[in-house]
Amino acid sequence: MADLVSHPDEVKVVSKRFGLGATEIDRYLELDGYKAVRKALGMAPESIIAEVKDSGLRGRGGAGFNTGLKWSFVPKQSPKPKYILCNGDESEPGTCKDRLIFEHDPHSVIEGVTIAGLAVGAHVGYIYIRGEYRYLSEIMQKAIRQAYARGFLGKNILGSGFDFDVYWHGGAGAYEVGEESALMESLEGKRGIPRIRPPFPAVVGLWGGPTVINNAETLASVPHILLGGAEWYAKLGTPKNGGTRLFCLSGRLNRPGVYELPMGYNLKKMIYDVGGGMAQGHTLKAVVPGGSSTPLLTREEIDVPMDFDSLMKVGSMLGSGGVVIVDDSACMVKFALRIMSFYQHESCGWCIPCREGTDWLKKTLTRFHSGGGVRKDIDDLQYLSENMLGRTFCPLGDAAAMPTISIVKKFRKEFEDHLDGKPCPLEKAEAIERSPVMA
Amino acid sequence: MRFSEPFEQRFQEMASHYPTRRSLLVPTLLYAQDEVGFLSDEVVAEIARRVELTELEVRNVISYYSMLTTQPRGKYNVQVCTNIACLLMGGEEILDRCRLKLGIREKETTPDGLFSLEEVECMGACCWAPAVQVNYDFHEHLTPQKMDQILDQYTKKGTERRR
Ligand SMILES: Cc1cc2nc3c(=O)[nH]c(=O)nc-3n(C[C@H](O)[C@H](O)[C@H](O)COP(=O)(O)O)c2cc1C
Ligand code: FES
Repeated sequence: MADLVSHPDEVKVVSKRFGLGATEIDRYLELDGYKAVRKALGMAPESIIAEVKDSGLRGRGGAGFNTGLKWSFVPKQSPKPKYILCNGDESEPGTCKDRLIFEHDPHSVIEGVTIAGLAVGAHVGYIYIRGEYRYLSEIMQKAIRQAYARGFLGKNILGSGFDFDVYWHGGAGAYEVGEESALMESLEGKRGIPRIRPPFPAVVGLWGGPTVINNAETLASVPHILLGGAEWYAKLGTPKNGGTRLFCLSGRLNRPGVYELPMGYNLKKMIYDVGGGMAQGHTLKAVVPGGSSTPLLTREEIDVPMDFDSLMKVGSMLGSGGVVIVDDSACMVKFALRIMSFYQHESCGWCIPCREGTDWLKKTLTRFHSGGGVRKDIDDLQYLSENMLGRTFCPLGDAAAMPTISIVKKFRKEFEDHLDGKPCPLEKAEAIERSPVMA
Repeated sequence: MRFSEPFEQRFQEMASHYPTRRSLLVPTLLYAQDEVGFLSDEVVAEIARRVELTELEVRNVISYYSMLTTQPRGKYNVQVCTNIACLLMGGEEILDRCRLKLGIREKETTPDGLFSLEEVECMGACCWAPAVQVNYDFHEHLTPQKMDQILDQYTKKGTERRR
């Protein structure tokens, strides 16, 4: 069970039931549970969509697409069944927030999925949870059973005449499966290879039917929007960036943890006030603002509001909410290498620019970090990454290229310090050599 | 090929959740692996039959997912995250300590069959780094000393049960 933290600047919306025992349906009902579904049952689908659109809620999975707008793309009439798919694959390095939602407030996700179903006229929703989160999948299975037992799911929910089923689904270890089209492949029992778009999932998704895919936090926000109103939610954040979101502060901070803050909260304040500043003896070198795929910010760039548009303006992305603080003890070449090793490992291998690009970049970075680099490598790393951008089948290639480009550009000096066979200036005595099994 | 009662119940229940049997595949493989220890030829054949696929199709899916394995592993699979948040907080030292203490490298199993070791990607414990999962259990805020203690506890648990 992950620890909970708290700070006076927090505005608790999706996290308001954390730590209150809301996994039990009785407790959830005491805490305004399933009221939003009741309300939605009395609303026209168009009004639900309008409310969510006006709230300025943008996808918490990474791309930040307006949720109501996404729902509005689902055709009204469809010969094939429509589906809602909740993305709980959470595997973008630096991100650990959906885990808390599933652990503390699983019913809010069920409620969000049901409301999405009402809005687009779907009768089935799936909640996909990554395989590593076994205990959460058990919590979710229990919550779903309770919701059925109380008539919040199944045939004729709450006597409304509306049928809605929610099922859980489990993964088995794959980052790429978090990508929406690969997620559908995985749910259909296949390798997680992305699909070409268009057609977009809203039109042709699971088993060919129109499918809404949203992140778990996005869906868990929806019931609060219906109850509090679009205007209230929108005003919590900044223009076009409604509400709050869960920020996962990690790295050498005094108070790391998952905090719910208004959109547009200043990053510097987030690090020094909310996160308690750098731990004794460490200074800040760089920040990964939204999961490992987002371009890094330097110490000089952190005075920025944390919303989708402001981060875009400074050449980065708000991404998944994973704010990783890089301190002065870290070697940026090594950091770039670790990020690239991840993407190389997780590339599904389907398209060549991603498969070969990540592999080549990893090899170059490995050689470079161990002192075998030449000056030309530095430019090559950037050139190759830039040539992956926009040329891969799904955005995993971009996710690998973007942080790499930013590290090479912003920390070039650290790359130069590795030249001429010099050992990494920040590497501690190579640990592996101490290990007898490696001898 | 027999699975446990809860496995069968879950399988039955899940079969009604999807329009195709194939959708049962990924979660079922993982639950089967948890019972048998790995995806043996027998398990693959049985699941292929149940979801109406060829064994080749099932193996094609198995090879994609990093948690699925066709090789036996230790009773306790120690999975050490060294991804960015854990890296910054000393994840590599934790991995080293595990290598040293268990006397094995990644993807190996101790001769007594108790432990295997893996270096893994982000497991959603970044704010509580460095983190390790032993089978499905999370261990967070680790130090090399704490890691030793945790491994000792599993050794004790594993050898007691055997006696
Ligand atoms: C490689 C890759 C991995 C992704 N992983 C996740 C993930 O783990 N969870 C998630 O919600 N979205 C993930 N996404 C984003 C999804 O494709 C999709 O945009 C999102 O689930 C939509 O939900 P939202 O609009 O609510 O954000 C990933 C995207 C890519 C390209
Ligand atoms: S980076 Fe290790 S758990 Fe996220």
